[in-house]
Amino acid sequence: MEQTLDLEHTPQSFLAFIKRWLFTTNHKEIGTLYLLFSLLMFFIGGVFALLIRAELFQPGARLLNPEFFNQMTTLHGLVMLFLAIMPAFSGFANWMIPLMIGAPDMAMPRMNNWAFWILPVAAILLFSTLFMDGSAPNFGWTMYAPLSTTYGPASTDYLILAIHLMGLSSLMGAINIIVTLLNLRTPGMTMMKMPIFCWSWFVTAFLLIGVMPVLAAAVTMMLMDRHFATSFFNAAGGGDPLLYQHLFWFFGHPEVYIIILPAFGIISQIIPTFSRKKLFGYRFMVYALLAIAFLSFIVWVHHMFVTGVPLAAELFFMYTTMLIAVPTGVKVFNWVTTMYRGAISFETPMLFALAFVILFTIGGFSGVMLSMVPADFQYQDTYFVVAHFHYVLVPGALFAAIAGTYYWLPKMTGVMYNERLGQWHFWLSVIGVNLTFFPMHFLGLAGMPRRVADYSLQFANFNAIASLGAFLFGFAQLFFLYIIIQAIRGKGKKASAQVWEGAEGLEWTLSSPAPLHSFNTPPKFE
Amino acid sequence: MRVIKKDSIDMDHVKRFFLVFFIFLHFLVTPGLAFAAWQTNMPIGVTPISHAIYHLHMLVFWICVGIAVVVFSIMLYSLIRHRKSRGVTAAQFHEHFFLEIAWAIVPFIILIVIATPATKTLIQMNDNSDPELTIKVTGYQWRWRYAYLDQGIDFFSNLSTPAQELQNQAKKNPWYLLEVDHPLIVPVHKKIRFLFTSNDVIHSWWVPTLGIKRDTIPGFINEAWAKIESEGVYRGQCAELCGTNHAFMPIVVKAVNEQDFNLWVKQQSGELLHGTNT
Amino acid sequence: MFGFGFTMIPLYNVLCKNLGINGKTDKNAYLTSNEIDWSRSIRVEFLTNNNNYLPWDFYPRLQHIQLHPGENILVYFVAKNNSKRLMTVQAIPSVSPGLAARYLKKTECFCFTQQTFNPGQRRDMPVLFHIDQHLPKNINTITLAYTLFDTSGLKKTKLTSQTLSHIPA
Repeated sequence: MEQTLDLEHTPQSFLAFIKRWLFTTNHKEIGTLYLLFSLLMFFIGGVFALLIRAELFQPGARLLNPEFFNQMTTLHGLVMLFLAIMPAFSGFANWMIPLMIGAPDMAMPRMNNWAFWILPVAAILLFSTLFMDGSAPNFGWTMYAPLSTTYGPASTDYLILAIHLMGLSSLMGAINIIVTLLNLRTPGMTMMKMPIFCWSWFVTAFLLIGVMPVLAAAVTMMLMDRHFATSFFNAAGGGDPLLYQHLFWFFGHPEVYIIILPAFGIISQIIPTFSRKKLFGYRFMVYALLAIAFLSFIVWVHHMFVTGVPLAAELFFMYTTMLIAVPTGVKVFNWVTTMYRGAISFETPMLFALAFVILFTIGGFSGVMLSMVPADFQYQDTYFVVAHFHYVLVPGALFAAIAGTYYWLPKMTGVMYNERLGQWHFWLSVIGVNLTFFPMHFLGLAGMPRRVADYSLQFANFNAIASLGAFLFGFAQLFFLYIIIQAIRGKGKKASAQVWEGAEGLEWTLSSPAPLHSFNTPPKFE
Repeated sequence: MRVIKKDSIDMDHVKRFFLVFFIFLHFLVTPGLAFAAWQTNMPIGVTPISHAIYHLHMLVFWICVGIAVVVFSIMLYSLIRHRKSRGVTAAQFHEHFFLEIAWAIVPFIILIVIATPATKTLIQMNDNSDPELTIKVTGYQWRWRYAYLDQGIDFFSNLSTPAQELQNQAKKNPWYLLEVDHPLIVPVHKKIRFLFTSNDVIHSWWVPTLGIKRDTIPGFINEAWAKIESEGVYRGQCAELCGTNHAFMPIVVKAVNEQDFNLWVKQQSGELLHGTNT
Repeated sequence: MFGFGFTMIPLYNVLCKNLGINGKTDKNAYLTSNEIDWSRSIRVEFLTNNNNYLPWDFYPRLQHIQLHPGENILVYFVAKNNSKRLMTVQAIPSVSPGLAARYLKKTECFCFTQQTFNPGQRRDMPVLFHIDQHLPKNINTITLAYTLFDTSGLKKTKLTSQTLSHIPA
């Protein structure tokens, strides 16, 4: 970073600039790479979403034919999940974990570099499928067989390769995080004194190691069915399309907790700071993380209730899925109790964190409704599900990532971002996100299926509102982009080391911007 | 320096707000609103299962609303009363063992309360015994095929919306994307057993007012049952992404009285009458 | 965990077989039964499907049959290759309710092996089976469906079994 007290990297040639960023093993620089990459991917995935919403603004064929529409829905999902939101949280992990535990860097800095640089390669592979003969993948990010195997386009094989690469990146990051957290905490910092953000990533890393290889196995089987005459998912050869779904969702359900747990961690750092009060129930927050992680392994069939699974399975997975509401509720109650009788201020990070608590909880409620199997027969594969997961992902995970950006941007760049513009970003985003996704509950209940390129007339009004909301939300993100660029350029009030009055933790003992190398000797911690 | 004095919260305003909010919510969730274009809730439907599903859905919905009101009110109260700009000092408590246990146990009990009717309905849905009519539904890319096994009737059901309407060259009729050339004709008050399979990829047969959705999987059969309580036309759509025209393979079920059904069966001949030849 | 993904295959098959979960019947041939439970009457329905517009006639000679658990039943399915080329097909069985699958014991079935037909060839194909007496009391109707797949593109599978009694085709 140009602003850091950076004696190694005095201004040099373009080639030196490239070499610096290509070969860096510094956790702050790698964190920055992850964050900037994810921001770019977020805008690309957002463009795909806006194309979808433009097509769905009115009934009838408008901008996109159904074939291309299906490619957009597929790529929107893949890009947002694997290339935008997950790398964003990896970026925060890299930047903040060593600072929070008083370590000089991550445990394996070179592997850290590899873990990041795989991602742009995977992204290029993924986007190149749009330009291949035949179509890009068009079967949804869930890639169900036999639509993706027997009936999938040639580009599917490149998608499979991209997934392998992204999985490798996640695995390497996860291993690095676990080793770092177990070994590099400063003396005196026991596990139960570790910042809760570190705990959230610690648990997430185990989830990643547990399930990413299962996804790799599933897509490898897809590849083998497509080209090596196996029949894992083909009934003709004695296989079963449902086997794919079991394997995919065994990965897929923990995957969504992989996405949300770091978000929980960020919120748990922000709310205490701006309430000027310690996090309520730290121990139970840790237990809740562990409970959610454990439960996440035994709920996957709730994505398959309408596939004809037997009664016993439906009952078991209904009960386990409902159970996840308990530790999640505990976390929400603890956040509210943290605020209660605090001394709250409403800077932009806090605004996004508060919106997270309310809107993520609404997404959680639609999740409880979805878990009720008989009712799920009406909700499954409709816009009700789309509403649910967008509530937990957008005003859920994404708002947490945005909150984290505002929260840590002064520490990273050395300047305070423009607070007034931040407030504009916040309010436009909140209005946009609710206009976009709340009507989708109604659409699903009224009977609109998902992944449809066109719809019948009774769905027109809410679709129009959703499309308008989407464009408003997209427009609001330009504020975010501008704010970040200005901060990176150093335009703003100089930030102190403490930055936020109520902030606690080792990261706030460093100057802003944090020096390129920090905690070369372990700091005192009691 | 300007001192901002905040009045204590006016409880009348709060009460009125909640009253209006609940009335609005009730209005929103009333099914079968005349304004179909603004439908916000699931239909009650015309089968015992669709009724059971609807009531379960409303039960869970109101419980969620109740919890949301409690939690968000406390939060809102906090955000107003406990702000730094009012000059408060933050309290210092940050743990309470029994509170943590309590707010884990109470939601757990609420979950048991909603799991009980759900379990009952699920067991009911799985009872496919003693059907009076059996229909095989096969999903194709991109249409449905219906076979009445005992009557020897077998036909395809295709979307019948004209291409000009799809391409915005003609005004869309009210049943745009929800109309077919050959609807499924069934009798009311008879237990109908549906068997589902697919010719190619996974589709899903969904008719909301009948309360049925089942994936159709190539090489496998699934089953479901329905007993339709009133005559009428019930429409649905494919609910599993199945390729390019996933949005263009609707379902139309026409429930008629027993005499009309028997008459219709007798009238089927020629290309509609195949035997159970696939 | 990668290997775990692959070990799910045999695990899935074992679990499904023993819990009868996804309605797949055995690839094994069973001895014919020699004990009949006269107290129960079960309706078995037969269903056929062609996969992917297979140009064949394929239908059961009998729509359904009422039988007692333990009775050995022989039914025939007619198959005719209406195309102009030699074709090899595989019939894949599926049973509903899925939990009844493990109680449907086949002694001889055309679904055990791939079947090769000349263009225009027509054959009656046998299934000899019985319903195990341990079928849960709450199941009274079983649907046995066969889907016929064109297996020209697939590896030759080893879906063989020991045929215990010779049934003329």
